[in-house]
Amino acid sequence: MPAESSPEPSLTPADVKKVALLGRLALSGAELKNLTAELSQIVGFVSQLAAVDTDAVEPLAHPLDAQNVFREDEPAASLPTSEALRSAPRQDGECFLVPAVLGDSGSA
Amino acid sequence: MTAASPPFTTVIGLEVHVQLQTKTKLFCGCVTTFGSPPNTQVCPTCLGLPGSLPVMNRCAFELALRAALALNCKIAAFTKWDRKNYFYPDLPKGYQISQFDLPFSYDGHLEVSDPKGAFEPRRVGIIRVHLEEDAGKSMHDEAAGTADSRIDLNRTGTPLCEIVTQPDIRSPQEARAWLNELKLLLVYLGVSDCNMQEGSLRVDANVNLHIPQDDGRIAKTPIVEIKNMNSFRSVERALAYEAERQWGEWQATAAELGSMPKQTRGWDDAAGITRGQRHKEESSDYRYFPEPDLVPVTVTDDQVAAIRASMGEPPAVLRQTLESRWEISAYDADVLVNQGKELVGYFEELATLVGEGKAASNWMQQDVLRCLNERGGAIADFPVRPTAVADIIGRIKQGDFDTSRGREIFAEVLETGKPVADVVAGMGIAAVDDSELKALCAELISANPKIVADVQGGKEQAAGGLIGQAKKKNPNVNPGKVRAMVLELIRSMS
Ligand SMILES: [Zn+2]
Repeated sequence: MPAESSPEPSLTPADVKKVALLGRLALSGAELKNLTAELSQIVGFVSQLAAVDTDAVEPLAHPLDAQNVFREDEPAASLPTSEALRSAPRQDGECFLVPAVLGDSGSA
Repeated sequence: MTAASPPFTTVIGLEVHVQLQTKTKLFCGCVTTFGSPPNTQVCPTCLGLPGSLPVMNRCAFELALRAALALNCKIAAFTKWDRKNYFYPDLPKGYQISQFDLPFSYDGHLEVSDPKGAFEPRRVGIIRVHLEEDAGKSMHDEAAGTADSRIDLNRTGTPLCEIVTQPDIRSPQEARAWLNELKLLLVYLGVSDCNMQEGSLRVDANVNLHIPQDDGRIAKTPIVEIKNMNSFRSVERALAYEAERQWGEWQATAAELGSMPKQTRGWDDAAGITRGQRHKEESSDYRYFPEPDLVPVTVTDDQVAAIRASMGEPPAVLRQTLESRWEISAYDADVLVNQGKELVGYFEELATLVGEGKAASNWMQQDVLRCLNERGGAIADFPVRPTAVADIIGRIKQGDFDTSRGREIFAEVLETGKPVADVVAGMGIAAVDDSELKALCAELISANPKIVADVQGGKEQAAGGLIGQAKKKNPNVNPGKVRAMVLELIRSMS
């Protein structure tokens, strides 16, 4: 469905910097420049969808036409700790080791 | 209120996370046992390994529904899950499966009141209740001076209900009372054990002040979110501290809501203060999007009705039931219900055996609860069972001995574990028969002409002096019977 006139979305280097920060990516100046151009093209391509009239269309929560998939609350075997830790870059046989984390998790 | 009202209103909203009482995690079959060695309850799904897929735990969803219904929430007919994206070492997938725009329940309320009237009854609105997974635990030993943090993912994927209230709470004391009521409710319904020490219940609080101005406008101070509160008492203290701090800040800067981004402050329990936490400017951008690995869930009215029917009486209803069924005071019913379901069961068994609630309630409040608190432990393990207490109350009612003697017997049964009958026999307590009582009273009357004269002169209460003497001569006499007998004998003299 090629759109007649999709407005050209323009991403700024600042937008890309922010996304990179959220993704914990360190970009060089050249990378930032290239990605700004490339991401603008991708977003521009996808934004053709904006031309479709979706007023009467229900938002799709999931592409599969399935609902209510459950499992019963029954324990299954966990991994042995050695297996769980096996592919970690660093571990001490009990825990995963990561660079010092101070302060509170941003979680839950 | 006794103290002068402060020149502001404290406005508080709470965000509570409770761990649901399931055997296994939300999306995999790993167990949720607390305190196991690190990384022994993990599998490819909860480690976020490539190729693994989450499948929703039916029990977790039903417990969450139960919590929402108990909080008078509306249940969404259609609900879905979303990814909340952020990086943290205790979150192996790089996102938390949570609910964003279509939580399974919303728009409820839970009331709290104080039986002694310390504050007006308060209905606290619930904005939403949703179901999400927990993160893992990171441990950093600063004393050891190591550069590493250690990550334990046993808790990752544990089912949590997040409960968000409206900013309807108006004092730190109310906040604490409301949390107590919430905890009681969730424990009664078997939704969660709400054990704060084990992290099964966590509270964050949002607080600011509304300050009336001379021109009639209400000035609002910037909202502060308080974290790291490890008990309900800490919540109360942190909120009281924060209200005072904001009042001082307002007087110094007059800064209002909207003049700065929302601040997060951590509660330092030992120091008794809140401290500003470093603001992560990107932290609010979670880029939610629908979780493609989970299909939506629909809930029918029939399902809701079935869960509602299986819930049992929530504490607020149970208080009224006890009050009317056993004709006890609202205060007594409150004390009993607040001790939990098992204690209420004990009381009702006792009241049934005794045949009335008043005496049973008095013995619960004055003897059973006091001794239970002194000993510690659960009512299920309390050595004096309702049958024994009922036996003692029955013997008092039939005049074998008085209440204070009954208390001694209760204490002895508690200490020795012997049956009531054996303790009564062993203590040499035998019912004093009428002729024995009559002889004793006659003896006292002849020895106390002054009291006799007083009674004859119309002062019946003077007979009380003889009851004490009678008890000294024979500890087993029933004071009521002594009184009646003494009055009868004196009357027959004139
Ligand atoms: Zn698992």
